[in-house]
Order: sequence, then C-alpha cells, then structure tokens
Amino acid sequence: MATPTFRFDPVEMPPEAKELRKEVRAFIKEHEHVMGFSRGEYNREFSRAMGKKGWIGMTWPKQYGGHERTSFERYVVIEEMLVAGAPLSAHYTGDRQSGPNLLRFGTEEQKNFFLPRIAAGELAFCIGMSEPNSGSDLAGTRTRAVKVDGGYKINGTKLWTSNAHRADYAILFCKMSGDGKEEPDRHAGATQFLLDLKSPGIDIRPVINLLGEHHFNEIFLTDVFVPDNRLLGKEGNGWNQVTSELSFERSAPDRFLVLFQMLREMVRMAGPDPDRATAAALGKLIAQLATLRSMSVSIAGMLQEGLNPNNEAAVVKDLGTRYEQDIPVVARQLFPTEPELEAIDLYTSMIARSTMNAPRFSIQGGTREILRGIIARGLGLR
Amino acid sequence: MAIRDETRMLLESMTRLFEDHCTKQVADAAETGVFAQSLWDQVAETGVPLAALPESAGGADAEWSDLFAALRVAARFAAPIPLAETMLAGWAAAASGLETTDGPMTVGPVRSADKLTLERDGNGWRLSGAATRLPYAAHATRTVLIADGPDGEMAIAIDGQGGATLTKGKNIANEPRDTLTFANVRLSADQAAPVAKGVSRRALYQRGALARAAMMSGALEKAMDLAVNYAQERVQFGRPISKFQAVQQNLAVLAGQTAAAVAAANLGIEALSDPDLDHQEFLIAIAKTRVGEAATLACEIAHQVHGAIGFTKEYALQLSTRRLWSWREEFGGDPEWAARVGAYACRRGAGDLWPLLTDG
Repeated sequence: MATPTFRFDPVEMPPEAKELRKEVRAFIKEHEHVMGFSRGEYNREFSRAMGKKGWIGMTWPKQYGGHERTSFERYVVIEEMLVAGAPLSAHYTGDRQSGPNLLRFGTEEQKNFFLPRIAAGELAFCIGMSEPNSGSDLAGTRTRAVKVDGGYKINGTKLWTSNAHRADYAILFCKMSGDGKEEPDRHAGATQFLLDLKSPGIDIRPVINLLGEHHFNEIFLTDVFVPDNRLLGKEGNGWNQVTSELSFERSAPDRFLVLFQMLREMVRMAGPDPDRATAAALGKLIAQLATLRSMSVSIAGMLQEGLNPNNEAAVVKDLGTRYEQDIPVVARQLFPTEPELEAIDLYTSMIARSTMNAPRFSIQGGTREILRGIIARGLGLR
Repeated sequence: MAIRDETRMLLESMTRLFEDHCTKQVADAAETGVFAQSLWDQVAETGVPLAALPESAGGADAEWSDLFAALRVAARFAAPIPLAETMLAGWAAAASGLETTDGPMTVGPVRSADKLTLERDGNGWRLSGAATRLPYAAHATRTVLIADGPDGEMAIAIDGQGGATLTKGKNIANEPRDTLTFANVRLSADQAAPVAKGVSRRALYQRGALARAAMMSGALEKAMDLAVNYAQERVQFGRPISKFQAVQQNLAVLAGQTAAAVAAANLGIEALSDPDLDHQEFLIAIAKTRVGEAATLACEIAHQVHGAIGFTKEYALQLSTRRLWSWREEFGGDPEWAARVGAYACRRGAGDLWPLLTDG
C-alpha cells in the first residue's frame, strides 16, 4: 500500500523475561510499604535498592555500570514497577532519557562519571526543556549560553521542571545563537549542557500543581557557569539531541500504566458476577490496555533491534493517554462517588487523584496535538 | 519476531492476485447478486482456502496465523467471496472426518441464538431448525453446520443447501447473508459426525469473530490508505487539505486506530496456540472488542476527510466502510465481546488482572 503504515510486529517476550518478572514481583512484595497510587514518589533509598538489583541502566554497557540486558527485560521491570506504584521518580528520568542520551552523545569522561552513578540509583536527573514562553515550541527556547574562558555562561528561565528541587543534575536545553524565529533553520544554535543544580546562580522555586502538590519548579539561571567538560554533544547539535531524548521519553510504558491500580479496583468492586453493562465497560478498558501493552512490547522489540520507533511511540502515547483519561470517566459512571483526595476509602481517593491528574497526561512529554503532528509527519502529510 | 519468509511470500502473491482480479468492477458486480466465480477460481487455485487442513485432507498444514493474514489482504480489496467461511468450513468438516470441496463453502451457525437439532432416523439423521444469516449460503457448493445431536454436538456437511428452504438476505455491504431452514431434512449417515476435539459451536463463533477482526483490520488499512491519499490530492483554499492541521490531526487518529486494530487482531490470532481455552477466548474477545471500537472511530474519520465524494457509490471508500459496519456486528459486536472480556476478568478477580495480561 502506498501509505506508510506504522509497524507493530507481534513480539513474544524471551524466556529470561519470565524469570525476571518473578524476581521483580518478589522485590515489590518486600517493599510493599513504599508502593502508592499514581503519585510519582521520590525515594532515593528505593532507587539505590533498585540500583543494587541491577534494574537501572539495564541495557547499558557494563563498562559504564550498565547490565547489558535486553530491552524486554527492562520493559518487564518498568511495567511491574509502574503497576505496583513503585516510587521511581528519583531515578526514572536518568534511566529513561538522560542516561541513554549521555550514552549516545556524551564524552568518555562524562559516560564514566555519570552513567555508573545513575545506574547505582545515586544520581538523579531532571529535564531542562520547557520555558515560560516555550512549551510545545521548543525551538523558541530563550535560555542563552555564551562561551567564556573555560566554559559557558548561561542565563534564562526553565519552567515545569519536575523534581528540580531534589535532583542533582539537569540536561539543559538552550541556544547559543539565533532566537528560534528565523527560517529556515529555527533549530540553529541549540545546545545541551549537563547542569549541576548546585551551581551558583541557580534559584529553584516551587510551582504548586492543582492537586496542591510540589512536583514542578521554575529554575532561574543567572550567569551560571558550566565548565567545558559539561557540554553534552556538540554546540549547535542540541535539536538533534533533544529529539532523540524525547523519543526515549515517549516510548516508555508509563503513558498507560499509572492508573492500572484504579482499573483493578473497579474489577474488585464489580465482583465476580457483574451485570452486562458493567462487564462491557470494564471489558472495553481491558481490551484497550491489552492492545496498548502489545504495541508497547513491540516497541521494546524495535528498540532491541536498534530501530528508532519514533512514530510508533507517538501512536502509543496518544492512544495511551486517551485510555488513561477515560478511566476516571468510566469509573464515575460505574461507581459514582464524591471525590475526596484524603478519603479513607481507597477508591474515592483514587477517583479524586485520577480526575485531577488526567489533564496532565495529554500535556506532559508532548501534547496530544504535537504527537498527532508527529504521526501526521510519519504519514507523509507534513 | 520477524514475519516468516513463507508468510511474506504468501501475502505478496495474494496481494498481486487481488490487485489483478479484485477490481472495483468485480466488487460492484457482486453486489447485484452475481457470484464472483472467476475471482473465486483464482483464489481457490492458490490452495489458500483449504490450506489449514492436513495434507491428508488436501490441505497444506498451514499456520492459522498465515490464513488470517491472507484474510486481512482479501479484506483490503473488499473481495466478495466466502474465503473466511470456506476456511472455517474446511476446518470444522475435515477435523470431524467429513468431506470438503474445492468450491466456495459456508459454515454455521453464525448466530448464537440459532438452533439446529439432529435426530437419529434409522441409520441416518433428520435435521431441523434454522441457520440464519449464513454468508453466501445460496452460492456455497457445500454447507458445514454444527447441530445439537442426541449425544452432543455434531458436524454436518451437505452439498449446496441440502434440501433446506433458502431465504436470501444480505448485509449492508450487499454480501449475501442467507437463511437456511431445515424442516426434518433427511441426511445420510456419512453426512454427519460427532465434532472433533477442538471443534464446537463456541469455537466456531470465536474463530468467526477472529476472522472478522482480521478482515476489519485489513479494511481499516484500506480506508486509511484512501483517506491519506485523498487528503493529499484534494485541493481547497489553494492547498491540499492534508496541509490543514485539523485534517492532519484527524488522520493521525485514524492511523492510531488502524494500528491498534492490527495489533489487537494479532493478539487474538496468536492466542489460537494458547492451550488454556478460556484464556484463548479472553484474547479473541479482546481482539473483536478493540477492532470494533477502532472501526467505529475510523469510519467516521475516513468519511469526514473525504467529504461528499466518500458518500458516493462511485468512490471506493464505501466498499470498506460498509463492510466494516457489517463485520463489526457479525459473530457478535464489540459490546457483546467486551462484556465477555469484563466477565472473564471479574470472574478471575482483581488480584489476577495483571497476571492475566502478562502471564496468561
């Protein structure tokens, strides 16, 4: 057929994944007291424990503290942890995108310094992309780096930076030239740095979200010095690098598993013999989930083959966020309750949390509109 | 994980065959009630319709996954032939030791409410009841049915309509969906046999649903292909409509639903090798549920992108969408199968939900 179609070959998990799954479930059981629901808890101790098990940087080379395991094994660890509501936040960004980006674009010294620490669960990264006037339009970044003796001086503001107040480093996306407006190359001058968040000139202020929680931050950078050896990749290659980083971010299964516990709770409430309408409503969600998971495992297979499943990842994220946003909608129809965040009743607090969190799903990591734009480009329309 | 070479070759040759012999003229002609005999002959010659049968029964021991992949290709071309029905008839008959034919066959019952009863009559049988909405029953050279016998389900193979009263009907794609009514029709001993292990009305219904899911995934690919190409050709306001973001966003959704439909159908097809029959049904139910959902959303978008031309008989989109709207309901619609998915998950219980999706 003439139209490019997206590739989701059926994949069977290799046998070693089965053994690993048992091991992960046993580990989760041991750490039951730190598991939660859709909170993205930050727990350095848990991250170190995962590092000890060899479950961070699983696919990276051993020489950088990695474990040279398959993408499927990594997938198993992540999906089990997400479903259990494990506190992954302290290492997740490093494992999912900062580490892989370092592996791809970092110097030998950078790889030796950062990767073993990330893999041990000791070094926490955050993302440094969005700005007050540059959200979806990343090319419009205004944060500016200028070359100075021995390094770079950086000025600007980053916004919506999850966990910046407790992370160690950010991969900072900024411009060394251009203002992102001039065609044809709006991406000229884009550059990434490994920014030590303890550097002088950095002021991190909380932005409280609508749940009343502190995850986001605004980062003010005033004449922040970054030494030469903390330039990531090449000056001016930042667009290429950040695109790669985003594709690592978008191909993760965390776009459809964070509300799994709520689906499970609905199955529990429906009981063993639900009426037909309830069974059908739950069945529709389960069918969506099973399909998403099979597509996502297929993406893990493509990553394992060294392919770049950008378009496929955008498809799964778009479908996955729709599914997750539908969960609280279906829930309130099947099992109505007045939402209350701190309710003793688990389901009531879940519906409160998921209803308030839902808008975020189709914004973070690329808005629904941006993702559909990527898919449209993959179809040859743009 | 790679698609096997044999499969790829089969699909390529099927694609070429349908490109050459399944034109819109053929599809249009079939809608007037004329059977697409020449197309059928071409397809029968490849051996694909009976390929799943053991070699001893004239088949090629082919994988069911290959056959469903062939159905997906046939559906891209809206092939007006009972390919799925012949595959399933061959499976039910040959496994139970009954004879098959090279000609087009039909199989049933396809609706769960139908009742067919087989009673002993000397050394033969008497068949009563009705099989409704049988695909292509008027054109079938053999009809394979599963009826309730005195000691359990029985497979029946009869030539043509075998003495039944035929009432013609069709679905909204004008594919024949006929009713055969049997009023104590006499069958000889060799026309009926106890169903083989693995063959049952329930299994037939599942495989039928899965066949429709595979076909729908192919029809969706076609509808998407038409919509994407049309959007790039159709110029309004001085540029192709594919350059408008509103249209791009719609096509992106269409592509996502199509990809999900293909993935869901594959989940069901892989489940055919699952030894746990309840879990197998769970996965087939997931396939029909998700593909049905995709069809509803995708047809709407494919038509919206096409504007008025897509609403005409002349333009080919309707060959795909009228089939999707028909097949969506055949062998149980997505609400029916979704209820089965939910009921099974609830019966297994909340604690088993995640293992059900990951471990089987």
